[in-house]
Amino acid sequence: MDTILKGKAFVYGANIDTDQIYPAPLLTITDADKVGQHAMEGVDPAFVQECQPGDMIVASTNFGCGSSREHAAVTLKAAGVSAVIAASFGRIFYRNAINLGLLAIVCKDIHGHVKRGDRLSLDVATSTIVNESTGETFQAEPLSEYMMDIIRHGGIKPMMRAMAGKI
Amino acid sequence: MHAIEKIMARAAGLPQVRTGEIVNCRVDRAGINDLYLQTKRSFLEMGGSKVHTPEGVVMFLDHYAPASTVSQAAVQKEFREFCAEQGIDKLMDVNRGVCHQVLLDSGNSRPGMVIVITDSHTTTHGAVGAFGTGVGATDLATILLTGKLWFRVPEIIRFTLNGAMPKGVYAKDVILKILGELKADYAVYKAVEFTGPAIAAMSMSERLCLCNMTTEMGAKAAYIQPDETTFAYLAARGVDVDPADVFTTDPDFVYAAEHTYDVSSFEPQVAAPFSVDNVADLSAHAGKRIDQAYIGACTGGRLEDIAEAARIVKGRKIARHTRFIISPASRETLLDAIAAGYITDLVEAGATLVTPGCAACLGIHEGLIAEGERCISSTNRNFPGRMGHVKGEIFLASPAAVAASAVAGEIADPRQYGV
Repeated sequence: MDTILKGKAFVYGANIDTDQIYPAPLLTITDADKVGQHAMEGVDPAFVQECQPGDMIVASTNFGCGSSREHAAVTLKAAGVSAVIAASFGRIFYRNAINLGLLAIVCKDIHGHVKRGDRLSLDVATSTIVNESTGETFQAEPLSEYMMDIIRHGGIKPMMRAMAGKI
Repeated sequence: MHAIEKIMARAAGLPQVRTGEIVNCRVDRAGINDLYLQTKRSFLEMGGSKVHTPEGVVMFLDHYAPASTVSQAAVQKEFREFCAEQGIDKLMDVNRGVCHQVLLDSGNSRPGMVIVITDSHTTTHGAVGAFGTGVGATDLATILLTGKLWFRVPEIIRFTLNGAMPKGVYAKDVILKILGELKADYAVYKAVEFTGPAIAAMSMSERLCLCNMTTEMGAKAAYIQPDETTFAYLAARGVDVDPADVFTTDPDFVYAAEHTYDVSSFEPQVAAPFSVDNVADLSAHAGKRIDQAYIGACTGGRLEDIAEAARIVKGRKIARHTRFIISPASRETLLDAIAAGYITDLVEAGATLVTPGCAACLGIHEGLIAEGERCISSTNRNFPGRMGHVKGEIFLASPAAVAASAVAGEIADPRQYGV
C-alpha cells in the first residue's frame, strides 16, 4: 500500500454514530458499491456527491459509536474514504475499519485545526498528518503491530487467506 | 488479576494476562444476528468451508422478526440454509425474541464464558459473570473459521453503588445518570464492573439493564460478580453453574478508575435527543407531549419491565393521541407476561403488542415515528433517525416512566402513578 495518503477533509463533531453513518433500514444490502451510495446519509447528505477517492474524515471523539454494523466501515471505504482520523473511536467501528483495511487513526489534536475541503496528507509509516492547506503538522498515535499487519495485508480477509493451512 | 482477566486468560490458555496485552481467546458462544449476512459472506471470502465449532454458534433471527420485506425474508432464508449446511442447531428463529434475552433464556449465557455476538449490546452478559462483547461481521467470521478471536485486555473501571433504590427509580435511571455525568465515550475500549449494596439488592433484570447500557459509554464488556441472585436466575433456565466457572477478582487488583454513587438520592432520569448522555432529571422535561411510548428491547423489555408498566396502566387508559407499543424481549417473557395477566392489562389500557424482537428499537419495523413526532422509550439509543425519521425525537427512560407517559400523553413521573 501507499505509505503517503492524500485527500481532502470532511470534518464532523463528536459522537457520530453508526445510524448516521449508515441507516439501519438499508442493512439488507450487502453489495459494497451499493452500500457506499448511502455513506454519512444521516449526518451529511452531500457527502456521497462530494467525496473523491482518497478523501479523509476528521472527527472529534467517539466516531462510529453505537451499533456493531460493519456497513459503517464498508460504506466509507466504498465511498472512497482512505482514512478516518478522530480523537477517539467507538471500539467496534475501530475493529471493523481495521479489519477492512480502512485506516482508523487516533489523533487527539487535529480536530479544530482542519476545515471541510482542506488538503491533508497522512504518512502511514510515521502516523504524521499534514494539513497542506495551512501547513500545520499533527502527530497521531501509531497503530499497534498487529493492526499494521492487518493493514499491510489489505485487511483481515486477505490475511486469513494468507494464513490458511497454518491455523 | 480481575475476574474478567481470569476469564480471558483461561480462554487464551495462558496462566495470566496483563492490561494492554493482545490475546487470542477461544470463544464459547459466537452469535450472529440477521442484520449481518456479511458474516457468511466474509466467512466464504476468507476461504471458509466448514464452521470450526458449530455447537458454539448461535443464529438469531431477531432484528427482522418476522420479515416485513422480501429482502429481509431472503436474508433469513439464506441464514436458515447456512445453519442446515453447517450443522448449526442453535437456530433461534423469528419466534424467539431479542438475541441477548434468548441467549439467557436458552441457558447459553453462563458465568466464565467468552460470548461474542454481532451486536453491540453483548455487554449485557457481564450481568451473569461472563465476558460478553460485540463485534462486526468479519470479526465473527474469523471465529467461524478458527473458533477464536483476538482481544486487547482492557483497563477496568469500578462503579460502587451504595444506598437503597428509591421508589420510582430503576437501573435505567442509574445508568442514565452515570452516562449524563461521565459521557458517551467515557469507557471506550475499557471494561466496567458494578458492585456494592445496591447491586447486591438488585434483581437480575435490573443488573442486565445496567450491563446492557454500558455499551452506551463505549465499554467493551461489563461485569457483576455472580451471587445467589445470579445462580437462582440461571437455575430457572436450566443452568447448574460449575463453581470452576465463577472467577473472583484478586484483592490487590488495581482499577483504572473508581466511582462511588449513593443511589438513594437518585431521581427518575431521561436522556433527551439526540444523545444518550444528554441526560436530565425527568422533571426537566415533564409535560412534553408524546406521540408514542415504547417498551421493549434487550434493555427494557423484560418481564419486570412489563410488570411495572402493567401495574401503572391497569384500570387506566392511554391518552387518545398516544400509541403505546410493547415488544416483550423473548418468547419466555411473553408467555410469563400472558400468564401473569400483564398483557391483558396493557392491551385493555390501549397498548399495541408486537412480536418479541428488536423491532422499532433500531427503526426497522413495528412502530416507527414520523417527522416531528416524539417518542419516550425504554430502549437504549436516541440518535437521529434511530426509530424512524431523522427529525423524530426519542427520550430514553425507565419502563415505568414510559408507561406513566403513555397514560398522561406527555412525559410523566411514574411516582405520580402509584409505583
